[in-house]
Amino acid sequence: MTATISGNCCLIFLVVGIGFRYTYYSVVIREIAPHHHIFTRKSAEGIVVSTVAEPKTEKSALTGAEILVEALIHQGAQSVFAYPGGASMPLHQALRKHRDQIRTILPRHEQGGGFAAQGVSRTSDEVGICMATSGPGATNLVTAIADAKMDSVPMLAITGQVPQKVIGTDAFQETPIVEIARAVTKHYYMITAEDPDDEASVQEALRSIPRIVKEAYFVAKTGRPGPVLIDFPKNIQLSKADGEIDFDPPMYLPGYHPERRQVAPEQINQVIAAIRRSKRPVLYVGGGCINSDAAAELTAFAKKANIPVTMTCMGLGSFPGDDPQSLHMLGMHGTVYSNFAVNEADLLLAFGVRFDDRVTGKLEEFAKHGKIIHVDIDPSEMNKNKEAHFPIVADLKLFLEHLNREFTDQDVPQTDDWWKQINEWKEKYPLKYADAGDLILPQYAIDELWRQTIERDPYICVGVGQHQMFAAQFYKFRKPKHWLSSSGLGTMGFGLPTAMGVQAAHPDSLVVDIDGDGSILMNIQELATLNCEKLPVKILLLNNQHLGMVVQWEDRFMDGRRAHTYLGPVDHPEALGEGSGGHYEETYPNFVQMAESFGIKSKQVRSKAEFPAALKEMLDSDSPYLLDVICPYQEHVLPMIPAGGTARDIITE
Amino acid sequence: MRHVLSALVMNQPGVLAHISGMLASRAYNIDSLAVGPTENEKFSRMTFVVKGDDHVLDQVRKQLEKIVTVVRVVDYIQEEHVERDLMLIKVETKTRLERSELKELVDIFRGSIVDVSAGHVMIEMSGQERKIEAFIEAVRPFGILEMARTGRIALSRSNSMSSAIEVGDPTHSSDNVDQAV
Repeated sequence: MTATISGNCCLIFLVVGIGFRYTYYSVVIREIAPHHHIFTRKSAEGIVVSTVAEPKTEKSALTGAEILVEALIHQGAQSVFAYPGGASMPLHQALRKHRDQIRTILPRHEQGGGFAAQGVSRTSDEVGICMATSGPGATNLVTAIADAKMDSVPMLAITGQVPQKVIGTDAFQETPIVEIARAVTKHYYMITAEDPDDEASVQEALRSIPRIVKEAYFVAKTGRPGPVLIDFPKNIQLSKADGEIDFDPPMYLPGYHPERRQVAPEQINQVIAAIRRSKRPVLYVGGGCINSDAAAELTAFAKKANIPVTMTCMGLGSFPGDDPQSLHMLGMHGTVYSNFAVNEADLLLAFGVRFDDRVTGKLEEFAKHGKIIHVDIDPSEMNKNKEAHFPIVADLKLFLEHLNREFTDQDVPQTDDWWKQINEWKEKYPLKYADAGDLILPQYAIDELWRQTIERDPYICVGVGQHQMFAAQFYKFRKPKHWLSSSGLGTMGFGLPTAMGVQAAHPDSLVVDIDGDGSILMNIQELATLNCEKLPVKILLLNNQHLGMVVQWEDRFMDGRRAHTYLGPVDHPEALGEGSGGHYEETYPNFVQMAESFGIKSKQVRSKAEFPAALKEMLDSDSPYLLDVICPYQEHVLPMIPAGGTARDIITE
Repeated sequence: MRHVLSALVMNQPGVLAHISGMLASRAYNIDSLAVGPTENEKFSRMTFVVKGDDHVLDQVRKQLEKIVTVVRVVDYIQEEHVERDLMLIKVETKTRLERSELKELVDIFRGSIVDVSAGHVMIEMSGQERKIEAFIEAVRPFGILEMARTGRIALSRSNSMSSAIEVGDPTHSSDNVDQAV
């Protein structure tokens, strides 16, 4: 059977029933058996599902849901962030049964669970797992999945699905989540029986579960990491296996070749020759360095070659931020000296980066004076945005190990003049902020947090907006995997649930969520999780009563006309930008009362004189804590290169 | 530049949707797309005709290869290959004379008449795109009632590739993937 289309029209119509053995929508609609009742996810309490009533202790009588949970445990899973509902109840029963082996944390919104899973993945070697029911539960995970895809974070998302026989009938809480999430996952599975009425076919589906889980882990973690979705219809969750289950079956992935690539010796020699001849080299390092666990190798190389290092938002922590050789972050809100250095560089060593528009500005002008050596694990990043003179597809850690072995003292480039120039820039254009008397500037608050906490190597999570960029600028990270930012997708509400996941994975570490009053409200419900699951996250809330980053753009590019960027009541003059410039006596919402209602300690602070002590009190607390810091909204994140601009367009005042 | 890409993909639900979705979301222009089974029941073959410069083609190929269920992608521009289109076309024949004239044309183009009704015949024609186009022009004066065409399918003249691929567990496979492909 062959199907075709001509032109670029309506590709989507071809989805159904073409040349494949079966498709999601070719399900024959039959009368729905009584045991296929689907319960609403939030009113399921108290309803006994007869099909899962009898306890199963025999290995040979495992249900599909139990097989999945045991397969996760077999892969080393320690925790799962799961919100139950009708189509995932059997999974929760299985999680309950295995509660001594795997911790189930109940977030208060599926998106929170998704970001919490990212918190686990971004700070450990574990693959974070989130789980939701079908329909709205599944769609609520989509933003967290897309976020993981953009930032190359390994993650496993498991969704319950309506029983196979009603798939395609617009059943209650049915969404085709695989279809919806396909473009934002690295890979996806749906655990289905070819014929749900045929026992042999159902048994085959049950036996496939451990292979699918093993493959999902493998695909999520290897190569360029990313999220993997497993959609799990309820009929298979409830079916019982009639024999032994092999929990370590062979994988079958003929189209996936993530072998860690070595680099040819000639390529290393070319790279070394280019470095040796360069006079103005710059290392431009991204999240790939952290994902490939290459921060130590990168630091060793940078030190040996005495080359300045600038990092992307995802790359922060690859090289110590408090080392004088660091040029800190580059790009739209990067330092002047890093952007000038890249602009003037004669050799750009682009390691584990993807030439994102927030970094490059106008592509044609970016690093146009230099040769580019681009090393990345993903072949599709080569020449995607910016043509590289030396495109090298490799695992960055292996590449740097090889480079460090071959790179001798004779290869160290002559960079005295270059460093002189860079140090002049550093002196002339340091990252700075004004003295605002007794007002607490967000930059100052982060600077103070850094002073009080850097020796404790805290994990710092952020939302999205000005506070995120201030944190990237002023918190000088020393280690990789300690900075968590939604850098690619830029999801507001990322900070709090991610911090919750980090704390669950690192119970004894200091975890701080630096958040904005706009961002935190997008996932504020997770305060309940912090309290109920005893996760002592510290929240430094930089509250300026506005959507600061949008306000900044309004001020710069739209004559300061406020358009829905004031977060207080609409009858306040400031809703249209006609306020006094200060804040009301009572800020909105009352975060202190709100936190307290969730059982979380909280305090508001408005005076700079009080701030260090208030911060210390929070940091010394052994429970979750929200410090509501009232900041002026007139601060702008500087420097700034307007979108599509070049280093010459940089705004510093 | 016109390129014919041949992708060997896993024979699973959703693969075509994944590929067509990726192409659409990255705004690549596909002239034709044909899908069908191969000699190995585990794989299907998709043949794309894509127009674009080398940069676009390079990205299309790499993005396709990134999809886990896509086993291998080959751009036939660098290879000796055979391409075919298939067409079914209904042509009006009002008179006996017209019918025999049409029969002659069909013979010249090495097609065949597969259905005869009062007033029209259905012709099956396969071959290269140019030949099909030429035939359409030749029969246009008779009056074309309806037609259906497949997209391009193509195979390399060199040794087969799909049956050679039986990679199992990727952690156990030692041979490196040919980066040129």
